Amino acid sequence: MDSEITLWVDGRRETLSVDTRTTLLDALRERLGVTSPKKGCDHGQCGACTVLLDGRRATSCLTFAVANDESEVVTAEGLAEGDEPHPVQRALLENDGFQCGYCTPGQVCSAVGMLDEVKSGWPSYVTEDLDESVELDEDEIRERMSGNLCRCGAYANIVTAIREAAE
Amino acid sequence: MSDTHAPAHRPQDLDDAIAGGVGESPLRPDGTLKVRGDFAYSSDLWAENMLWGATLRSPHPSARIRSVDIGPALRSPGVHAVLTAEDVPGRNLYGLKDIDQPVLAEDVVRYRGEAVALVAADHPETARRALDLIEVDYEVLEPVVDAELAAHDDSLPKVHPGGNTVRYQPIVKGDPEVTADVVVSGTYTVGMQDQAFLGPESGLAIPAEDGGVDLYLATQDLHTDRKQTAAALDLDPELVRMTMSGVGGAFGGREDLSMQVHVCMLALRTGRPVKIVYDREESFFGHVHRHPAKMYYEHGATRDGDLVFVRAQLYFDGGAYASKTPVVVGNGTTLGVGPYDVANVSIQGWGMYTNNPPCGAMRGLGAVQPAFAYESQMDRLAEALDMDPVELRIRNAISRGDTTPTGQVLDYPAPVAELLRRVRELPLPEAPAAGAEPDIRDLPGGASNTTHGEGVVRGVGYGVCIKNICYAEGADDFSTARVRLQNVAGEPLAMVHTAAAEVGQGLVTVQQQIARSELEVERVNIHPNDTSVGPAGSSSASRQTYVTGGAVQAACRAVRERLLAITAERFGEPAAELSLSGGKIVSRESGVLADIAEVLGSEAIEETREYHHRETFPLDERGRSERAQVQHAFSAHRAVVDVDTELGLIKVVQLDCSQDVGKAVNPESVVGQIQGGSAQGLGLAVMEEIQVGEGKIRNPSFTDYLIPTILDMPPMNVDVIERGDPNAPYGVRGVGEPPTISSTPAIVAAIRAATGRDLTHVPVGPEHIIG
Repeated sequence: MDSEITLWVDGRRETLSVDTRTTLLDALRERLGVTSPKKGCDHGQCGACTVLLDGRRATSCLTFAVANDESEVVTAEGLAEGDEPHPVQRALLENDGFQCGYCTPGQVCSAVGMLDEVKSGWPSYVTEDLDESVELDEDEIRERMSGNLCRCGAYANIVTAIREAAE
Repeated sequence: MSDTHAPAHRPQDLDDAIAGGVGESPLRPDGTLKVRGDFAYSSDLWAENMLWGATLRSPHPSARIRSVDIGPALRSPGVHAVLTAEDVPGRNLYGLKDIDQPVLAEDVVRYRGEAVALVAADHPETARRALDLIEVDYEVLEPVVDAELAAHDDSLPKVHPGGNTVRYQPIVKGDPEVTADVVVSGTYTVGMQDQAFLGPESGLAIPAEDGGVDLYLATQDLHTDRKQTAAALDLDPELVRMTMSGVGGAFGGREDLSMQVHVCMLALRTGRPVKIVYDREESFFGHVHRHPAKMYYEHGATRDGDLVFVRAQLYFDGGAYASKTPVVVGNGTTLGVGPYDVANVSIQGWGMYTNNPPCGAMRGLGAVQPAFAYESQMDRLAEALDMDPVELRIRNAISRGDTTPTGQVLDYPAPVAELLRRVRELPLPEAPAAGAEPDIRDLPGGASNTTHGEGVVRGVGYGVCIKNICYAEGADDFSTARVRLQNVAGEPLAMVHTAAAEVGQGLVTVQQQIARSELEVERVNIHPNDTSVGPAGSSSASRQTYVTGGAVQAACRAVRERLLAITAERFGEPAAELSLSGGKIVSRESGVLADIAEVLGSEAIEETREYHHRETFPLDERGRSERAQVQHAFSAHRAVVDVDTELGLIKVVQLDCSQDVGKAVNPESVVGQIQGGSAQGLGLAVMEEIQVGEGKIRNPSFTDYLIPTILDMPPMNVDVIERGDPNAPYGVRGVGEPPTISSTPAIVAAIRAATGRDLTHVPVGPEHIIG
């Protein structure tokens, strides 16, 4: 069964008819040609498909496109302001926070969403004092980024980059 | 250099080349596209009118194919082609060393996951459902699943007509029967590890009007892919044009063919572009893995701790097809004593065919398995001698001028003892304060709150390794570079064109740096990799900075020579008196003569050069060779672990590394390689194993095959030293593999120190600690 839906993708309004079984990731990649979210596992295990869905980070392989009618989707491609990369993107670049780069668009979206969660005062498993604002130390960054795999093992530089971007 | 700090960067514009020569750490030229999500990986490609390919795979590890009925699949709406072995236009066999693997299975299947048939359809789901309609009648056979048994039991079925041995190699040095004061022995096993690159196999084939095909893909070696693909397609290699797309990691897993021939066959048959993308599960079946190994070791030493002999039998399970098994046996046996000077050596290595998944290249191939065994043995020996394990290693460390078990004299620095001393001196983490309530977040199990410190014990362990760099044993190992220097809008611009695969290691950055240093021009562009330039060989064996770096250096120097000759003629100065500096041509006598761009005018200078490293030679029947391997690299790790001895949970608290890289062409990338290699070694030490039962992979997903997350990787002190190899361009020494090798035994040694357990298998699981 097909359904017509509207998505706001990286600021563009997109109307498309999708099979109801189509994941948001496949709708983005195969229907709209938005390929910055990557398919590493298609099972929500690797985080390479992470996008910002109505402002929150989400693995786009684990949600159906039809469930997100009228939603706003921001991918790594949509985060830059013209030629100027997002501060998280610039920090990853300058700190060598990637090697092959396949996980990077997902890391970028996850980090941007995570920094917003921290700003909003959301605690994590490792937050020491739930009544105080979160102090974004390395443990917090590692805990909060643990859903994004990097097989090249650029983790140390990812942590450094996120700290830098948060400042 | 010896630090973990990020070097300073200069900002990079999207399209502009960057500053920074050899020894600096300029930004990656592909970095901006990668962080912005604009970098096109092979799975991101799309073509007008494109079809989707899918692969039917054998459900059995060993079976005879009685018949294949493609009729119902072919009649299915949306299906454009269904192909079987009969449709392979040329040679239905390929392989990196032994040509033994069918493109599509003919009368037998030899492993669970072997490709049997192909479908092209207008939608990936249509293609997948059509696979279900292909009827294959199998006569299921008993699989051969034990490599050691296969080596000695002639009554087992033959996986291939020629028998089950892919390669047998003995190494004999000195007196193999000699005795010693103290002898320790052990049997060690290494599980099957997966490269688990995050970007699964994919390619887009576009049929061309000249009868050929253009394939856009992610691979480690374009020309070797092309050679094998052209033979299978029965096409002139010139008609099989390959272009590199973004590579989402490789680590050895993209050396063998996967979808290359399949997707070209479908495109040529349908006359339409066809794309194949594996999903994660198929990726586990679609590429080779690290060889599981069983290793018997015996070490003998004097009471003072001098090694007298090492004897070992190594069994590598190559699975159903040879792939790189011959190389794994070569590396495993020649490096089987580790980075130690041993007078008497007897090693035998077997690489076997079985009906298990095919195994081939993975980072550190053939050297990872014995390193776990020989380093475990060194710790055992230290215990038997009541010696400090680091002192025992230092006492026996190989060094420049020593002779390897194959009879090769190391004619370059081999600072093994120095690395061990240095890694021991790196700062240790603070020990938990006695009596204080521990922070559970720092303990094994972490926030799961599995312990408040009861049963948690800390341990420290060391590991050191040796790895050969580049191709070995007589292979003509070379790379090709084309460099073009021209005047673009009044500025000199160098263009570097090679077929060498950037797989994340930073090779494009290194090529830019070399061209910048050799030609003294700031702007260097990297031409897309394709087969219109000569071969570069594979991005494997830690060899590309060595060989492709050497080729870029040579091509740049040829360009420089021509530029200086032109200048000499124009200005009437001897060329020998001229040099390049900061975009200008300078005479020793008269100072700056002209801008490079000015001398070039509208003429471009282009030169192509091959770089061949020093010749290597095959091993004889006793494993002797004047020079089996062109270079060796060394790294040493120290691991600190906390182990919950009641639950068997392990937390690697710190992992430090000292490594000699000869010359750090790009110091930041060197540190990145050491961190990344160490992460994969940590994975093998404590979590990564493909579970194979009766020839079948039981855990083909990231839920069941675990790789290290950002939480699993501890802080690292990385200590890099540069003891240049006079035979290599700039003195470089391969970087990527050693840290994958020495990290695993160091972590296991630390777990042993904490628990007192023997731990003869990696990965170490809770069952090994509490069982």
